[in-house]
Amino acid sequence: MPDHLLEVRNLSVRFHTAQGVVNAVNDVSWHVDRGETLAILGESGSGKSVSSSAIMNLIDCPPGEIHSGEIWFDGKDLLTLSEEERRALNGKRIAMIFQDPLSHLNPVYTVGWQIAETVTAHGRPGQMARDRALELVRRVGIPNPEAALKKYPHQFSGGQRQRLMIAMALALKPDILIADEPTTALDVTVQAEVLTLLEELQAETGMGLVLITHDLGVVAESADRVVVMEGGKIVETGTPHEIYHAAKHPYTRKLIAAAPGQGEMRVPDETAEPILSCRNMKKSYGAFDALKGASFDLMAAETLAVVGESGSGKSTLARLILRLEEASGGEALWKGQDLLQMSPREMGKVRRQIQMVFQDPTQSLNPRMSVHDIISEAWVIHRDVLEKRRWRDRVVELLEQVGLEASHAGRYPHQFSGGQRQRIAIARALALEPDLIICDEAVSALDVSIQAQVIELLGRLRDELGIAFMFIAHDLPVVRDFADRVLVMKSGDIVEQGPVRRIFEDPREGYTQRLLAAGLDPDPEVQRQRREARLKLTA
Amino acid sequence: MSATTAETTPAKPTPPAKRGYLGMLWADKFATFAAIFLIIVVFCALFGPLLLGDAASGQNLRARNAAPFTLERGFLYILGGDALGRPLLPRIVVAAQNTIMVAAGAVAASFLIGATLGLIAGYSRKILSEVIMRLADVIMSFPSLLLAVIVLYILEPSVGNLIIVLAITRIPIYLRTTRAEVLEVRERMFVQAAQVMGASTFRIVFRHILPVILPTLVTIATLDFAFVMLAESALSFLGIGIQPPEITWGLMVSQGRQYLTSAWWLAFWPGLVIILTTMSLNLLSSWMRVALDPTQRWRLEIGGKNA
Repeated sequence: MPDHLLEVRNLSVRFHTAQGVVNAVNDVSWHVDRGETLAILGESGSGKSVSSSAIMNLIDCPPGEIHSGEIWFDGKDLLTLSEEERRALNGKRIAMIFQDPLSHLNPVYTVGWQIAETVTAHGRPGQMARDRALELVRRVGIPNPEAALKKYPHQFSGGQRQRLMIAMALALKPDILIADEPTTALDVTVQAEVLTLLEELQAETGMGLVLITHDLGVVAESADRVVVMEGGKIVETGTPHEIYHAAKHPYTRKLIAAAPGQGEMRVPDETAEPILSCRNMKKSYGAFDALKGASFDLMAAETLAVVGESGSGKSTLARLILRLEEASGGEALWKGQDLLQMSPREMGKVRRQIQMVFQDPTQSLNPRMSVHDIISEAWVIHRDVLEKRRWRDRVVELLEQVGLEASHAGRYPHQFSGGQRQRIAIARALALEPDLIICDEAVSALDVSIQAQVIELLGRLRDELGIAFMFIAHDLPVVRDFADRVLVMKSGDIVEQGPVRRIFEDPREGYTQRLLAAGLDPDPEVQRQRREARLKLTA
Repeated sequence: MSATTAETTPAKPTPPAKRGYLGMLWADKFATFAAIFLIIVVFCALFGPLLLGDAASGQNLRARNAAPFTLERGFLYILGGDALGRPLLPRIVVAAQNTIMVAAGAVAASFLIGATLGLIAGYSRKILSEVIMRLADVIMSFPSLLLAVIVLYILEPSVGNLIIVLAITRIPIYLRTTRAEVLEVRERMFVQAAQVMGASTFRIVFRHILPVILPTLVTIATLDFAFVMLAESALSFLGIGIQPPEITWGLMVSQGRQYLTSAWWLAFWPGLVIILTTMSLNLLSSWMRVALDPTQRWRLEIGGKNA
C-alpha cells in the first residue's frame, strides 16, 4: 500500500503505428502528495503527457497499449478498475485542464451551464450546481460573475477562458489537478496571473497539482519537485533548485543552457543608414484601431525586435509592410520609396528584397510540394534571379546553409520535425537573397532547445549575409540575446523603443516594466526575486 | 502533445523505396480491379458498336424475354434477350458508347466550368463573385429535370444537346464546393507565404489552391457520374433524351421496368453495369486521393498491408 496521494509505478505505454511499435513512455515512476506541486518537464515527443493521459483513461486502446505498470490512487490501482469506476473518479477526484481552453469548451453552451454540468454529471441537484458555479467563477476572478455565467466561451479572452477551465476542474473539489501546459497559449502577464491563481487555490484546497510543461520558467515559478523527461524516460528528478544548479543528466544541462536570455546583449551600430522608415502607420477595422500610428526606423543589417502581447498590433504592422493588408494611413519608406503607395507591379519587384518567415511552419509550407519545389518556387516567380540549371545546386547550398542535408530536397514537409520545417521556411526566404526578413513569431511554436538553434542560425545568417531582421515576438527573453534594438507595443501603440540593453536594464514605461517582471526566469532564485518585484508592481 | 503525433517524431530515418504509380495501384487491389473494369468499359464504348452493332439490333422474336444463363441460343444470349428478342449482352456493350459519352461529357463539362467559376468566385471578392453565385442560385432553384425538359423541348434532342443540358444543371454543385474550399484554403499560411514571395494570382490559384481542393472535386465528379447516367435515362424515358433505336444503359433500365416481375434480367443487367461503373470510379478516385497526397502516399508505398 503506497503512502502517496497519487503514484505512478513503472508505467510503460506503447503505440502500434504503421511505422511499427512506438514506446511513448518507458518504465516511468513518479508520485505526488497532498498540497504538493510536481512539474513534469519535457519537450514535445518526450512523453510528458502520456502518463497523465493514462491516469485519466484518455489513451485509446488500440492503437495504444498500457504495457506494464500500476497507477495507485487512494489505495486502488486505477488500471485494474472498471470503466464505470474510473468515470466516477474522473472529474470528481482527479481533474484536468488543458493547453487550449477554447477547444475544450463547447462553443454552443454558456459557461455557467458547462460548469454546472460537471457538478450535475456526478449526481448533484441543479440548484446546488448553479450556486457552486457562481461561487467558482467569482473565486477564479472573472469580473461580474452573474453576467459571466450567461456568456459563451468566445466572449472571454484567452486568460479568462483558462480561468473558467480551472473553475470547471475545481467544481467538485478534486484531490488531484493535472494541468497540461496550462499557460503555453497565454500572454506572459496573463501566464503569471494564472499560475498565481493555481497556487492560491492549491493552498486553499490542499490538492496535489501535476503541472506538465516545457518551460523552465514555469517550473521555477511554481514547482516543488520536478521530473525531467526525454524520449519517454525520466532522466532526472529533484527540486527546481537542484535541477537548475546541479543538473546531473546531460539532457537537463542542455535544456538549461538553451533557455533564452542568458547571453551577451548586442550594441546597435549607430552609423547604419535606415532602409525602412515607417511614419504614422495606421490600420483600423471599422471602429477598432489595430494600429494607431506606428513610427520607427529599421537600419540596414540590424535586428529590430517588436515585442508585445496578443492584440498589440505587432503582426498587423508586419502585414501592412508586406502589403498583405492595406494600411489605413501613414507611409513606409523602403529605400526612399513608399511601400504603401506602390502599384502591384512595383511591389512585385520589392517583394524580392523583403521576405517573411511565419510562426507555424506546418502551415506555411505547402504540404503537396517537395522541399525542392518549395525553395525553387521563388526563382520560378522571379525569373531573373537564377538560371534554371543552377537551381538544384543552389537548393542544396541553401539547405546546407540552414543546417539540413542535400538528400532532404526530395522530401515533403510532413517528413520533417517542427524545427527542421522552420529551417526550410528560412531557406525559402533566403532563396531570393533579401535585404530584410520579417520573422512573425518564428520561434514561438518550437521547443526550447530547437528555438535556441533556430535563433543561432538567424544570428549567423545576419552576420554572414548582412540581412536585416524584423523579429516579432511575445516573449522578451527570446529577443534579449538576438536583437539590436527593441520596440515595445501595446494595444496598437509603440510605447517604448530603444537599444536592447536600455530596454532590459532601464525600462522607462510602466508597461515594459510589467512585461519584464512577468517573464519567468529559469533560475528559481532569480524568479523568486522577480515574483516579489511583480507583486510590488501590481499592488 | 502526445508522443504519437506525426509532427513530433523526427523525420523518418529512411523513406520507403519509391514506387511508381502502377506499383501504388497494385498495392490497392480494389482500385486495380476498378481500373481494369473501367478499361473494359472504355474499350466497349470505343469499339462496341463496330464489333457488335449488328448483333445488338438484330431481332429474334422467338427469343423474346429469353431467360439468362443458357447457351442454347448461342453465347450472345448468355444474359438473356429483351422484349423484342434482342440479345442483352451485345446491347449492353453497344450502349456503353452513348452512355459513357453523355455521362463523361456532361460530368467533364460541368466539372470544368463549375470549378473555373468557383475559383474565380472564391478568389475575387468583388462584384464578379456575387454575380457568379447568384447565377448558381438561379440554376439551383430551378428543378434540374424541368429545366432539361424545357431546353430539350426547344432544342433538337441529340447527344450533344443532352450533354449541354445535363452539364448546365450540374454546374452549381462544383461551383459552390469549389468556392467554399477556396475561401478556406486561401486563408492558409502557405498561400500568404506565396503572396509574400510575389507569386501571381494565376500561380497562387493553380499551383497552391487547386491541388488542395482537386481531390474533393474528383470525388464529387465520380458520384455525379451515376447521377448523370440516371438523369439521362429519365430524360430518355420522357422521350426527349436518347431515342430508340439508339440505346443507353439508362434507357435499357427504363425499358425493362415494365417487365420487372416477369423478366427481371431486362433491367437488372444494365442496372448492374451502371452500379459497377460508378463503384469502380469511386474506388479509383479514393485511391487517387491517397496517391496524390504526399502525407498519405506511404500507405500505398509500404505495400498496402496497413492501409
